[in-house]
Amino acid sequence: MTLARPVAVPAANPMLPVPLRIHAGRRELADTFTVELEPPEEGGFPFRPGQFNMLYVFGVGEVPISISGDPARPDTLIHTVRAVGAVTERMRGLKPGDTIGVRGPFGSAWPVAEAEGDDLVFVAGGLGLAPLRPAIYHALRNRGRYGRVFVLYGARTPGDILYRRELERWRGRFDMEVAVTVDRADPSWAGNVGVVTKLVDRARFDPLHTTAFVCGPEIMMRYAVAELEKRGVAGDAVHVSMERNMKCAVGFCGHCQWGPAFICKDGPVFRYADIAAIFNIREL
Amino acid sequence: MVRVDTLERTIEEHPFFQGIDAPLRALLVGCAANERFEAGGFLFREGGAADKFYLIRSGCVAIELNAPGRPPLVVETVDDGQILGWSWLVAPYRWSFDARATALTRAVSFDGKCLRGKMEADHRLGYELLRRFVPVMGDRLAAARLQMLDLYGPDGKGKA
Amino acid sequence: MAMAPGDTAILARADFDALVAALAADGRRVIGPTVRQAAVAYDAIAGSADMPVGLADEQGPGRYRLVEAGDGRLFGYTLAPQGWKRQLWPPLQRLFAAERDGGGFRVTDDGSAAPEPAAFLGVRACELAAVRVQDRTFDETFTDPGYVARRQAALIVGVTCARACATCFCASMGTGPGLAGGFDLALTELVDDGGHRFLVEVGSELGAAVLARVPTRAATPADEAAAARQTQAVADSQSRRMDTETARRLQEHPEHPRWAETALRCLNCGNCTQVCPTCFCTTTEDSTDIGGNRTERTRRWDSCYSIDFSYIHGGSVRTSGAARYRQWITHKLSTWHDQFGVSGCVGCGRCITWCPVGIDITEEVAAVRDSETGGTGHGSGRHA
Repeated sequence: MTLARPVAVPAANPMLPVPLRIHAGRRELADTFTVELEPPEEGGFPFRPGQFNMLYVFGVGEVPISISGDPARPDTLIHTVRAVGAVTERMRGLKPGDTIGVRGPFGSAWPVAEAEGDDLVFVAGGLGLAPLRPAIYHALRNRGRYGRVFVLYGARTPGDILYRRELERWRGRFDMEVAVTVDRADPSWAGNVGVVTKLVDRARFDPLHTTAFVCGPEIMMRYAVAELEKRGVAGDAVHVSMERNMKCAVGFCGHCQWGPAFICKDGPVFRYADIAAIFNIREL
Repeated sequence: MVRVDTLERTIEEHPFFQGIDAPLRALLVGCAANERFEAGGFLFREGGAADKFYLIRSGCVAIELNAPGRPPLVVETVDDGQILGWSWLVAPYRWSFDARATALTRAVSFDGKCLRGKMEADHRLGYELLRRFVPVMGDRLAAARLQMLDLYGPDGKGKA
Repeated sequence: MAMAPGDTAILARADFDALVAALAADGRRVIGPTVRQAAVAYDAIAGSADMPVGLADEQGPGRYRLVEAGDGRLFGYTLAPQGWKRQLWPPLQRLFAAERDGGGFRVTDDGSAAPEPAAFLGVRACELAAVRVQDRTFDETFTDPGYVARRQAALIVGVTCARACATCFCASMGTGPGLAGGFDLALTELVDDGGHRFLVEVGSELGAAVLARVPTRAATPADEAAAARQTQAVADSQSRRMDTETARRLQEHPEHPRWAETALRCLNCGNCTQVCPTCFCTTTEDSTDIGGNRTERTRRWDSCYSIDFSYIHGGSVRTSGAARYRQWITHKLSTWHDQFGVSGCVGCGRCITWCPVGIDITEEVAAVRDSETGGTGHGSGRHA
């Protein structure tokens, strides 16, 4: 397997968090919130779409969270977080003015430059829309460089649609297509009910000139990739974002290994063709 | 009065029926009818006799399960160009869900009871229909299973 | 006499403590072999009296014993249970300390305190190879400043093994028994008609400077020949072999039945990861004082065998014993190449010795190779 190493951002000691102040916070869903941090004064916090930070809550611990903001706006640092454990629950309780320790940015990026000239298909499931959003922002900011743009999003129920207002705004544009589906709903929902793979099946992109970025639960990504292949998109034009347990994000703790890859250094974004051989191995 | 040749064109052009020869097509046209459902109208109800299947021309149909004490649960929506209904093929030929139009829906319905008889008599017709329906059922099954996993739920291996 | 890298000399047994004193002279903590709880451990020593004089080790699958050899050798044992990883990548490392500061916090200790200079006395060829493997882990895309500092602060005195244990297979891994560079000084202990002495090879200017303070005499061709013979005999005597070619390809066999088979024996105890000199996995821990105002983050050894090593979103990825066993052996022998350009295994055999059920990594690979070639699948790594 060829593993492409990212351009690393070296730090004198990569394990020291930089305290950044919370500028604003917002509730997104019942268990999901967004924090906006004030970056360091000089130069802001530059990052590439798809990268993540280790966010540290004083005295509690650290978690890896994808950056969800606009890469063209390094003057603000945005993370969307789901409260699932001790660290993220405590983070949810923080207020503007409080501090979060930040290490990063780490990891590989969605190859937005390589995709220029292609149709772009973003396939997102659940919270997977958060790591994709920076790439969507990039595509919209540089709209002329891409063909047709599709955002295909699946959520659990209508109440779990992340960034709903933004999706509705995007849907109103004339230069992109947005399709949303949910796994289940009650009759007050007049939109689609069904799996997100069905949206892939129905989106009119040109498979021979398409780059697809897929992000969501692993099972969903497997099925989405299969659907894209069925439509004729080549494996080297499909990219996925993987997740594993992380304790350091710099290749020292060993926890994030996935076959030969370190998710923190070789990923989290992978070209599907590079990892196809291990993608379906159980308990890897 | 419905013109038979527009039905014929619909059936001829639809990918689901691709590859069917003229005699079989004519047979299908003979069993077909145009139908229209206002928003909120039911195409079929759970437990009812499953004697039809539908090709949705336009609109949207919610496949629903009704349980006491809670609002109906929509498990899938079917819209333009999709096939709806396979219970007509499987004894005891009863619908296992409700199908409710969520918007003005136009569909072509096919008389399943009539087709069942014809398929018994002409196994070639039987094969042609079954080999088109099995993938539809397969897709629905796979989709249903994925939805069952509740992937985006807090412990359903959703992203953190 | 001013010596240069590559030069050799003879150090008499009687003058060995002078070497220890010379190592300690610059304020270095001399860490060498000593006996703790019936095993050899590397700890601070003052001289030869602290060393396992006249002791040898018998090692086999799941077995380790120290026995009297009666030859007075200082380095007659072959391999301590744990190598120099304890010194360079300690089991507990403080990453930083911080305290609350208004609404924020401030780092009060960034873990950059300079380590104590040390001299590692008695580094075996396989151990030195392991250190160099770990160098690639901690100075790769990112650098761990603590590791680099400890590494630079350690003077290395290697020692060539005088005998091999039944579990050793460094010869087939190409990592020993001879020492090939990377040391400041290297010793080969000789006990024969020429007397009890050490052939010393200078590996660096630092080593030359230390040796200059110690009485030595010139090495004769007979001394050199005796050392070469001894080392060759050690290589020849090794009964275990690693099929490195098959080992490298283990990642091509994710569903090999051998993993499930061996998993029935494997206790997932993680002993192998604790004694392996190249294993590096750690976890982080945060602890706070009662008031919640001061906190400390530490790094401590972990093992891929621990059940929540791979925990995400409410469950672990590798729950079965077979998956965790597969992870360890495939990483060590195969994917390590993809990650670091070398094998993770240096042929020290500790994992065989310290496995309570005696799982033999060379036998595992031989079994996979045999199944590829249609063999019985129960071949051993043992040389006929």
